[in-house]
Amino acid sequence: MSSKSPPAPLDYLRRWPLRLWIAGVAFFLYAPLVTLIAFSFNESRRNIVWTGFTFDWYAQVFQDDALIEAFVNSLTIAAISTVISVILGALVAVAMWRFRFPGKPVFEGLLALPIVVPEICMGVAMLVFFSRILPWPSDLPWPLDLGAITIAHVSFSFPFVAVIVRARLLSFNRELEEAAKDLGASEWRAFMDVLVPHMRPALVAGALLAFTLSLDDFVITFFTSGPDTVTFPVKVYSMVRFSVTPEVNAASTLLILITVVLTAIGLRMQGKDIARAEGGA
Amino acid sequence: MEQDWKQSRGSFFTAFAPPAFWLTLFFLVPLAIIWAYSFGKNISMTEVAVTGTLSNYARIADPVYISIFVKSIVYAALTTFLCLIVGFPVALAITFAPDKAKAWLLLLIMLPFWTNLLVRTYALMAVLRTEGYVNTVLGWIGIGPLPLLHNNFAVVLGLVYVNLPFLVLPLYSALDRLDRSLLEASLDLGAGHIRTIREIVIPLALPGILSGLLITFIPALGSYLTPDLLGGPDSQMIASVIERNFKRANDWPFGSALSFILMYLTFFAIAAQTLVAARRRKAGGEA
Repeated sequence: MSSKSPPAPLDYLRRWPLRLWIAGVAFFLYAPLVTLIAFSFNESRRNIVWTGFTFDWYAQVFQDDALIEAFVNSLTIAAISTVISVILGALVAVAMWRFRFPGKPVFEGLLALPIVVPEICMGVAMLVFFSRILPWPSDLPWPLDLGAITIAHVSFSFPFVAVIVRARLLSFNRELEEAAKDLGASEWRAFMDVLVPHMRPALVAGALLAFTLSLDDFVITFFTSGPDTVTFPVKVYSMVRFSVTPEVNAASTLLILITVVLTAIGLRMQGKDIARAEGGA
Repeated sequence: MEQDWKQSRGSFFTAFAPPAFWLTLFFLVPLAIIWAYSFGKNISMTEVAVTGTLSNYARIADPVYISIFVKSIVYAALTTFLCLIVGFPVALAITFAPDKAKAWLLLLIMLPFWTNLLVRTYALMAVLRTEGYVNTVLGWIGIGPLPLLHNNFAVVLGLVYVNLPFLVLPLYSALDRLDRSLLEASLDLGAGHIRTIREIVIPLALPGILSGLLITFIPALGSYLTPDLLGGPDSQMIASVIERNFKRANDWPFGSALSFILMYLTFFAIAAQTLVAARRRKAGGEA
């Protein structure tokens, strides 16, 4: 298609005011992030004049034990809470999709609560819960000492997984499961061999979302973490409250990198899953 | 067809019990506790007696707290409005873009959305501060340095910055569902683009637009990090006051009451949106 042909009436992307607008929005969204990344490689501490390329700040990040520890904590919490969230989210999605039970609309509303309740409210509720009702011992060996944070993360993640999986289940042909059972598969076999493969893209998407939500969370973690259980966002928060430094830039750049890599992996896996599903159909 | 749970109790409980248990113990119980605390008072440093008092709620009627609530609502509404103005053309362009461009544009919007909130807020801090980029550029053209950080302007700008993707994605999915032939008909019959958008696109996509506005408004209303890092002494929003009562002032009952008022405001916003959407649907059905 030649770009000289006049734009179709609805081809808004080929109209220059809209192109300009999108360029502006992209600039607005990306300029701060690009600046942040660029200046993590800058020699000058003052962060505004480019004086030369360096990896020094990254070296400092890797020597900062507290920061490394917080980083490992974050990844550990994200990994554990993702596994639990995917299992719980998938289970509740299947239960809601498959069964009629008394009080279902009420339960549905309650399940949506963690998604809509403001983070700060959930954070303070967790703070009270873990200090008055179920005090989490602080002297447990790693990673058990991260239990309170992990539990809180599962509570806000698994309803999101449930939403994604339920949407996917809508396209499932129930007769397939019936057929498996007619052919002698047990309830469990039918679930694992017929339903789970169908849910797979949703499970991947859900896992990715749960992992990112956990890694991203500051507010709820802020209220559930103790002095010895610091996560990466909580640590960075305590650093940025006081100053803007190249070390924080370097640490943030690493986090952005992880996000980009994870997103890329997720999109790829989903793309493959969809391709396979469509190719097989 | 959905199966009645009694037909297969074993499978039902295997699937239903673990998540229901988790939701109850690790979400509903904590909320119930702060709900109870909001009717209580401190009797010692570590104990709260639930006495059924309404004094915590009465304290919120103080003009200081009322003004913080009003300010939070105004900031959240302003943020949502600005996101709509900035995001609508973007969503429109994405909707009607060719497939390949569409995928890239969606990625363009999604990537910041997936990036850590704290990192994004920090990035904004770094460009807005007195020695930051914006002020340097302003310095070259002879303006400034302007106080861009630690004030109310920074808070609203920050809220728009972090929430914009939240609005663009639902807007896109609302616009994507529109019947294109209606738009083409409007344009063929001589209506301009602005008029088509005002009289065809917006009314038809309204339920989706409203839910997008809600998805932006709710987190903006309860945001803690952005006003805390970008704001000044006078830009406290409600979440900062809640945080202070729990972490520093140690007045948990009052903090709990504030949390529940914030939650009620959230529910009110959801109910209002549901109601408007339902009324629109009914009106559409009759027409």
